[in-house]
Amino acid sequence: MMDAIAPGSDGRPDLAVIAADASGERAVGRPTVYVYEAPVRICHWVNAFAILVLMVTGYLIGAPLPTVAGEASDNFVMGYIRFAHFAAGQVLAVFFLTRILWAFVGNHHSRQIFYIPVHRKRFWKEVLHEIRWYAFLEREPKMYVGHNPLAQTAMFTGFTLFVAFMIVTGFALYSEGQGIDSWQHKLFGWVFAIWPNSQDVHTWHHLGMWALVAFVMVHIYAAIREDIMSRQSIISSMISGERQFRD
Amino acid sequence: MGTATETFYSVIRRQGITRRSFHKFCSLTATSLGLGPLAASRIANALETKPRVPVIWMHGLECTCCSESFIRSAHPLVKDAVLSMISLDYDDTIMAAAGHQAEAILEETRAKHKGQYILAVEGNPPLNEGGMFCIDGGKPFVEKLKMMAEDAMAIIAWGACASWGCVQAAKPNPTQATPIDKVITNKPIIKVPGCPPIAEVMTGVVTFITTFGKLPELDRQGRPKMFYSQRIHDKCYRRPHFDAGQFVEEWDDEAARKGYCLYKMGCKGPTTYNACSTVRWNGGVSFPIQSGHGCIGCSEDGFWDKGSFYDRLTTIKQFGIEKNADQIGMAAAGAVGAAVAAHAAVTAVKRLASKREDVDHNS
Repeated sequence: MMDAIAPGSDGRPDLAVIAADASGERAVGRPTVYVYEAPVRICHWVNAFAILVLMVTGYLIGAPLPTVAGEASDNFVMGYIRFAHFAAGQVLAVFFLTRILWAFVGNHHSRQIFYIPVHRKRFWKEVLHEIRWYAFLEREPKMYVGHNPLAQTAMFTGFTLFVAFMIVTGFALYSEGQGIDSWQHKLFGWVFAIWPNSQDVHTWHHLGMWALVAFVMVHIYAAIREDIMSRQSIISSMISGERQFRD
Repeated sequence: MGTATETFYSVIRRQGITRRSFHKFCSLTATSLGLGPLAASRIANALETKPRVPVIWMHGLECTCCSESFIRSAHPLVKDAVLSMISLDYDDTIMAAAGHQAEAILEETRAKHKGQYILAVEGNPPLNEGGMFCIDGGKPFVEKLKMMAEDAMAIIAWGACASWGCVQAAKPNPTQATPIDKVITNKPIIKVPGCPPIAEVMTGVVTFITTFGKLPELDRQGRPKMFYSQRIHDKCYRRPHFDAGQFVEEWDDEAARKGYCLYKMGCKGPTTYNACSTVRWNGGVSFPIQSGHGCIGCSEDGFWDKGSFYDRLTTIKQFGIEKNADQIGMAAAGAVGAAVAAHAAVTAVKRLASKREDVDHNS
C-alpha cells in the first residue's frame, strides 16, 4: 500500500491519496480547522450532563415522586434527589467558571459565547442573513469556522446568561438550607434583596429551567440541521475539536 | 403608666414579686433567648440597675392580632413585660386614658424622652388620598407615625402589616398601604413579621432591647436573627418524611393520618422564615403543621399575592392567565418543540425538492 502515498506539490503527502481502500476507491481530502480546544470540549460535555441531571432532579424537587412506603428512617428518596441536584449544580458552577477562565487563555473561538459584538454593523448584517437562512429565504448557507452570528447570539443569551442566572438563583436557594452564616449566603444572599420572599426566587428558578429546556431543544436541533444543511461538521467537532468543511 | 426613671427591679419588687421569682424569670428569659449560662445574672443585673425603656405602641391599618398574640406570651409572661420590663406609656387599645388625655402622652413622651423611647408600630399607614384611609385622633395615621418616629430611638414593626404590608397591601392595594420601612427611612427598624408574630418572639425582642439597651442582631431583611434565621422547614418535626419522600397527597388520605410531609399540599414551610417549628404557639402547645395544615407563609413578604395557600408553586398572573411556572414552562417548551419539528419538516421537504431539481437538471 506504500505506493499509494504520493507526495503532493508542497512535498507533504497528499491527504486525498493516503486514504484509499483495497479496491482502490480514493477518499476525499477536506479542509479542516481546529476550533474547540480540549478544555472547551470537556466543559461542554460536563455541563451538558450536569444540566440534564439538574433538569430531571430539579423537576422532581418541584413535583416529587409518589409517596414511598415504609418508615421514614428506611427511605431517603427526596434526600438523594436533592443531593444529586446540589452536586450537579456545584459541578456546573465549577465548570462554568473554568469555561470563563479558559476564555482568557484559549483561542479566540473560546471567547465567542461570552459577548455579542453589538457595535459591529457587519455582525448584524450576518445575523440577518442567518435569520433569512432559517426562514428558508436564502438558498446557500454561509460557512463559519466558529459559531455563526445568530448562533453566537443564541449561545450568549441561551447558555451564558441563562446558566449564570440559574447558578446565582440556585446558590441563593441552596444558601437557605446552609444558613445565613454560610459562604453561599454571603455571596448570593443579595438575591433576596431583589425578591424578599424566596417563593419568588423558586418561581424564577423554575422559569429559568424551562427557558433552558427550550434552549437545549433549539441547540440540538440547530446542531444536527447545520451538520447536514450547511455542509460542515458540527456535532463531531465538539468531540474532536476539528471543524470540517465538505464542499 | 408609671415613670420611666424607676428601675425594673424596684417595679418588680413593688408588685410583690419575690427575689427568687425574679431570678427564675431571668433564667427562663436567658434560656428562651438561647443565651449562655452567664446571661441570667447579666439580665438580673441589667434589670436591677437600668431605668425602664418607655414604649409608645401605635396602631395603624391592622387587625390587632399582634396585640392579641402579645398578651398571651407565656415566657416571659406579658404582665411582666408590660408592667415590669418596659414602661408602656401609650397604647390606645389597652390604656386607661382616652381622648385628649391619651394624645397628650405622646407629646409628653416626645419631649421628655427624646431619642430614648421605642416606637412599636402595629399595622401600617395607607398613603393614598393623603392618608385619609386611616384617621387616628383626627389626623391621618401617617402623620402621627412620622411625628413620633422623629424622636424615637428605634422602631419595632410588629407583624406582617408593619413589616411587609400584609392583606391591606395585597394587590391591588387600593389604599396604598405601605410598610413602615418604606415610610420611615432614617431610624433603625426591627421587623417582627408574622400574622401575628409568635407571642414569645414579641416579648423576646422586647426583653432583649430592655436588657442589653441595644437592638438584636438583624438579618438582611431587618428581622432579628435569633428568631428568623431559619425556615419552618429546617426545624420541622415532619422533615424526615420530606427527606424520605413521604407526602400527604390529599387531605384525609392515609399519609395525612400518618403525619407525612405537607409539601405537596402547598405548605410554605420551605420558604418561610419564622420560629413556629421551634417555639410553637400557645405556650408551646402546637403550630399549624402539627395540627395537620401546611404553613401559609404569613411572615413572608406579600404572602397574600403568591397564589393559593394549597399550591406548591406560585401562580403567575403576568401572562393574563393564572398558571404556575411549570405550566407556563411546559407550554413554552412544547411550543418550541413543535416549532422545531415543523422547521425540520419544512427543511426536509425543501431539501427533497431541491435534490429532485438537481436530478432534473442533470438528466
